Amino acid sequence: MVAARETFYDVIKRQGITRRSFLKFCSLTAVSLGLGPLAANDIANALETKPRMPVIWMHGLECTCCSESFIRSAHPLVKDAVLSMISLDYDDTIMAAAGHQAEAILEETRVKYKGQYVLAVEGNAPLNEGGMFCIDGGKPFVEKLNSMADDCMAIIAWGTCASWGCVQAAKPNPTRAVPIDKVITNKPIIKVPGCPPIAEVMTGVVTFITTFGKLPELDRQGRPKMFYSQRIHDKCYRRPHFDAGQFVEEWDDEGARKGYCLYKMGCKGPTSYNACSTVRWNGGISFPIQSGHGCFACTEDGFWDRGSTYDHLTTIKQFGIEKNADQIGMAAAGVAGLTLAAHAAVTAAKRLTRKGDGAAQDNHRG
Amino acid sequence: MLDKMPRAVTTRIGNDAARRDRSVERDVVYLYEEPLRLWHWVNAAAILVLGITGYVIGTGIPSMPGEANDNFLFGYLRFAHFFAGYVLAIGFLLRIYLALVGNSHARQIFYVPIWRRCFWSALWHAVRWYAFLAAEPKKHVGHNPLAQLAMFFMFTLTTTFMIVTGFALYAQGSGNDSWQDELFGWVFAIWPNSQDVHTWHRLGMWVIVCFALLHIYAAVWEDIMSRRSIISSIISGEREFRD
Repeated sequence: MVAARETFYDVIKRQGITRRSFLKFCSLTAVSLGLGPLAANDIANALETKPRMPVIWMHGLECTCCSESFIRSAHPLVKDAVLSMISLDYDDTIMAAAGHQAEAILEETRVKYKGQYVLAVEGNAPLNEGGMFCIDGGKPFVEKLNSMADDCMAIIAWGTCASWGCVQAAKPNPTRAVPIDKVITNKPIIKVPGCPPIAEVMTGVVTFITTFGKLPELDRQGRPKMFYSQRIHDKCYRRPHFDAGQFVEEWDDEGARKGYCLYKMGCKGPTSYNACSTVRWNGGISFPIQSGHGCFACTEDGFWDRGSTYDHLTTIKQFGIEKNADQIGMAAAGVAGLTLAAHAAVTAAKRLTRKGDGAAQDNHRG
Repeated sequence: MLDKMPRAVTTRIGNDAARRDRSVERDVVYLYEEPLRLWHWVNAAAILVLGITGYVIGTGIPSMPGEANDNFLFGYLRFAHFFAGYVLAIGFLLRIYLALVGNSHARQIFYVPIWRRCFWSALWHAVRWYAFLAAEPKKHVGHNPLAQLAMFFMFTLTTTFMIVTGFALYAQGSGNDSWQDELFGWVFAIWPNSQDVHTWHRLGMWVIVCFALLHIYAAVWEDIMSRRSIISSIISGEREFRD
């Protein structure tokens, strides 16, 4: 807390980083954020003059996979993000303080940095039974979230839990877990979906906010455009096989060995927005498709309730039986076809009998 | 509405025939103008291409042999789908223009006159006619009420839905700053997971398939049973009453 008003540059200078390395870092960050070389000066200036931003990191109903991902960030290293760039004042999972001491920090930050701190929320708040399904510090998490959100500058919704609801909000959602934007409606919220989000995406977002003191440009769904404006499919290195019409049909077939497109194996790349196919994971080593498995769509709303991971077509449950659009459509077309055939048969039968009657009458008359 | 009243129809048939100096031995009404007929067939072709390519794009094709750079089949299939989609969408816009400037028959697929009593009575009659319960069909010049219902709900509304969802899905490829996203990106505010939009787009295709089945069957059946021309009407533009 003592160093909370230090600037980023003050901190890294103390750690023995040279000015030359500092400026290199600024250029690299500017380029990785897609800002161009001129922005390096702005970043350097901001990091030298602006006090470090206080961040409160809270954990609701979640699995901590976002934190696990975050601590593996390579560019920038998470130690730089946590120890230098921001002033991570509270994170109950990794902080040394505990109990009343830890909880006191929340109140202190709320009063001291009113309207200046960023609230990073990992996980979401279950609302059922008055929020009793997630108790944090002796109180329902939703209360803690509401009180800390009142005085924050902005909220980062880490992961699919905080952004969309994720597994705890999957049907039938017994705890009535809801994403953060359904609880807090009066603060800017940046959604960083993913289960978990990519480490470099997380630190990239933190870097942007601390550097410019504002949220990055968001898309229609509240996600930062710099990381979520393209689908996995758009930058997938297997895309040429998709365009060529070369697909994996079985997990152990020739196509799988040759690295063909996983579209027919239910890869959700064409409907998933994330940076996996460019940034990749674990320091740029790999990502699901590169390891031979289709994309899960873990960044997307309600991906747990869209049927099998290995089917391209969504399961539709409204019909009582699990069917996909094709099965329902074919059944409807089949019923329509049979009805028409029956109708045609009745018509033919009627006409034949009428013709018979007509002929009989003619004979009678004749 | 002239269609709904047999007496008015007869007068109109007479007037029309006299004005155009056509044979009066057989009653003929000119109802489908050239641009409308042209649209019908271009639209039918576009739907055929869209249906087939769309089905294949959704399910995938058997793998192509050889190197990826020697093949572009899936790319071509998608191109055909997008091309036919543009034809359908532009055609639909022109069709709306045609409804505004054309005759009353050009407007029939865009509304259902539920506020007219004669619509309901004629609808009931049409249901009975198709169920073999009515001995004689009504001599509608345009679509019968049942056809109008199918046209409006299964074709006009579904096609609008397919155009909107289709361009929204197209915007996923063309990007955040494309005009497709500007105009149709709001679809993802309704269904944030675009996989749902894919599912609805595919269900829409099956509605259109059902419509095509009904439409073709009803056209052939009516042509035979109702003693008025149906199939040749969308080629010549004339409705002929055979007795």
